[in-house]
Amino acid sequence: MARMQRRTVADLGFDETIKNLSPDKIARTIRYVLEKEAAARLKAYVDTCIHCGLCNEACHFYVSYDRDPSYAPVAKVRQTIWDMIEKKGKVDPETVKTYARIGFTECNICRRCSMYCPFGIDIGYMMILVRRICGLLKVAPSYLQDQGYSHMYTYSQSWVAQDDWVDTVQFVEEELRMNIKNARIPLDKEGAEIMYSPHSLEAKFKTNLLANIAKIMNVARVDWTMPSFDGWDSTNQSMHLGDHETMGMVERMHFSAGFRLKVKKIVTSECGHSFRAAVYDGSRSLGWKEPPITYLQPTQLFFEFVRDGRIRIARKIEEPVTVQDPCSIVRNRGLGGMLRSVVKAACEDFREVDPCLEHNYCCAAGSGVINYGPPWKFLRMEGGRAKIRQLQATGAKIVIAPCHSCHKTIEEMIDYYKADMHVMFISELLVKTMEIPEDMRTPEGKGSDQ
Amino acid sequence: MNDVADWDWAPGDKCIADVADWKRRFPVVHEYTVTNDGEKIAAIVEQGNKAVTVCVNGELWPVVAERAWSLKFSPDNRLVCPMLREYEWSIVVDGSPWEETYDYVWNLTFSADGKSIAANIKKDNEFGICLNGRSWETRFTEARDVVVSPDGSRTASMVKVRRVATLDIFSFAEGVITVAVDGEAWERNFLSIWGMSFSSDSRMVAAGVNLDRLTYTVAINGVPWERTFSHIWEPLFKPGSYDVFAPVKIDGLWTLAMNGSPVWDNSFVQLWEHRFSPTTNEIAAVVAVQFGKWTVARDAVPWGKTFRDAVLAPVFSPDGKRVAAIVKEDDRYTIAVDGTAWNERFDMVWDPVFGPDGSRIAVKAERKGAYFIAVDGRPGRESYDYLWPPIFSPDGEKVLIRCIQGGKYYRRVRPVSDV
Ligand code: SF4
Ligand code: SF4
Repeated sequence: MARMQRRTVADLGFDETIKNLSPDKIARTIRYVLEKEAAARLKAYVDTCIHCGLCNEACHFYVSYDRDPSYAPVAKVRQTIWDMIEKKGKVDPETVKTYARIGFTECNICRRCSMYCPFGIDIGYMMILVRRICGLLKVAPSYLQDQGYSHMYTYSQSWVAQDDWVDTVQFVEEELRMNIKNARIPLDKEGAEIMYSPHSLEAKFKTNLLANIAKIMNVARVDWTMPSFDGWDSTNQSMHLGDHETMGMVERMHFSAGFRLKVKKIVTSECGHSFRAAVYDGSRSLGWKEPPITYLQPTQLFFEFVRDGRIRIARKIEEPVTVQDPCSIVRNRGLGGMLRSVVKAACEDFREVDPCLEHNYCCAAGSGVINYGPPWKFLRMEGGRAKIRQLQATGAKIVIAPCHSCHKTIEEMIDYYKADMHVMFISELLVKTMEIPEDMRTPEGKGSDQ
Repeated sequence: MNDVADWDWAPGDKCIADVADWKRRFPVVHEYTVTNDGEKIAAIVEQGNKAVTVCVNGELWPVVAERAWSLKFSPDNRLVCPMLREYEWSIVVDGSPWEETYDYVWNLTFSADGKSIAANIKKDNEFGICLNGRSWETRFTEARDVVVSPDGSRTASMVKVRRVATLDIFSFAEGVITVAVDGEAWERNFLSIWGMSFSSDSRMVAAGVNLDRLTYTVAINGVPWERTFSHIWEPLFKPGSYDVFAPVKIDGLWTLAMNGSPVWDNSFVQLWEHRFSPTTNEIAAVVAVQFGKWTVARDAVPWGKTFRDAVLAPVFSPDGKRVAAIVKEDDRYTIAVDGTAWNERFDMVWDPVFGPDGSRIAVKAERKGAYFIAVDGRPGRESYDYLWPPIFSPDGEKVLIRCIQGGKYYRRVRPVSDV
């Protein structure tokens, strides 16, 4: 195996935090996680892996970095978990930094490799353990740590003050009335059918996305609400930080909001990790087998709206369109068919991507990597080479990406690789193409958003 | 008219308001709210662009605002609404605004008797709480949530004591979050706070606090328990005492602790929402006995029957003998009482309401968009377009039904047998 050659990246979350680590603390933390939290499953994986390398080609990092063996899934495990086990946790702080770099920045926990392993070994799970250990030692990208602290205090990833959230909603409602007559965004409506749970960015920098969702909810005449209180935000970066305790607090807050408002369903934003946190990692960490309230991604909801005629397409997009299958909702939840169904209903020229659906490549920004800030941008750009090539090969001019991370990183890759395309959320696609019913039209608004 | 005994309990129907007419009168009508005694119904109504007011029993408040939200009746039947007028927020009570104005008002909260009204406020980019028209003298970089003491005289909020720049992970790791009571911050700061509550004499405040990774405990008036745990949920004072109980996680499992030491001798995959009996020392809590197997435990003994999806906070009967909770299985809700679930399943059900002697339970329930009352598991004959939870008469023989039917809001009193 080639030695790990990596660009030096300055990140206080790695460089400063390791200065506080004693060998004893490192060893205790590693042993606590491996022996008390992970034991049986980890042992099965470690004992079963025959180092055959069949999973190598599955990893977009391995493919994007010209098949550099140090990016192979099994190499990541060998350099982290196996090393910890072999050395019984007796490693120095610099080694912890290496573990953290691999766990946090070179695996998106996309779980594509598991599909190609004859034994179904879950490399992603082992990388979650690496993140758990490094997170407990507070060695993690500083941007991610910052978001983890934000969750501890606000249950939202972006330090959104409680008044800012409500103010934003009221402002978006006022703006929306320019286009939709008497549009409502009802806060705290007890007994509503659906609680929409936005990404915190929708309350800060991307309020247009909240407006798009509100527009669709109004046009589809949905009985919906959002909480004015904490629990409204669907994001959960603590999951990526290996902070299971805060992850659990965030998810409990989230579902408590749903129970308090007596809603039948919670719909998350167009986000992969929020969905994963609510449906899998977060719910299960609290003892629920499935989310205690039916939990949908907008892709599912929009599929139902279009199928049932609650949203009618007025004008189809004519340019060639393809899709990005976000790992959390397609490989891990099988929503790729619904995604295509909505896209085909709203677009004349759909171009399938290859490989697709559950075999699709990760965008290289998943599992929090999108949030690591400028020092780590290169990682997404270089690690996403396989992704952008795959999208370019379709000849599409528009990529529909129903995930905040996929959306942002593909947009940046388009710029980086000078690709002739642009990215849209599925909600943007619907807002652009749907018919506004007669009784909702305003003098300022038009039949559809132009 | 806050005493239930003083309400009009004569059986019969009273049509209070033609709410369908409100929808004809105003282009936008927000959600309805009603008094406990059922005599009033109100909603925020919009008369035009940024001309918002409140309609109560068909009459309009004299105050017109640019924005209004969070309209609520207090438990003593006053109608309260945060309103924005000329770019300043204030709280309007029964049509009269408080003198104090704010940059923002949220988390409108009442004391149990309704005599105190509190909310979070922001003024000049500083945060605090206002109580009955007067805001805290000391304000903070940020404040979140409002808890009002049982006697209504005190308030607590979770506050950030100093500004921390984004990405300054080292300052945050030192702890900049604490609890402030009546504007006074606890001396010690924490990484995070989970759940604040007052003692029943309103003198003490307890909160779950995070000292470091896997180091959680309870702080009382700012002083943490000596023992820490790998995780914790909201602490509560036992009524009439300073004993604090909180779910704590030890060696991967949850149990109940009192004053820093476990008091239940068994532990669970999950434990939260502990509630005290009103008459004895008993405690009931929601527990998961195994992964995906939820139930209620009374003094650490779980019911035999478990539920797959969820169990919500247990409710004791007034005599403390029975415990009921909302339970959910296969995406359908019902009520379980002392470990036995009703046969009827609902699309949604509200908290169980015990009659005064504890022998009966009535709930608001919903199926396919139709609302009805169910008593002891038997759905009522009538269904409604909308409904508020039922209330028993002091003798337990009658039920107050507050409902909307055919566009009209009614206050109905029915013998329980006739629901
Ligand atoms: S990034 Fe995906 S494919 Fe690569 S090692 Fe991680 S889980 Fe496996
Ligand atoms: S994880 Fe599976 S496919 Fe990959 S090297 Fe090990 S045994 Fe082979």
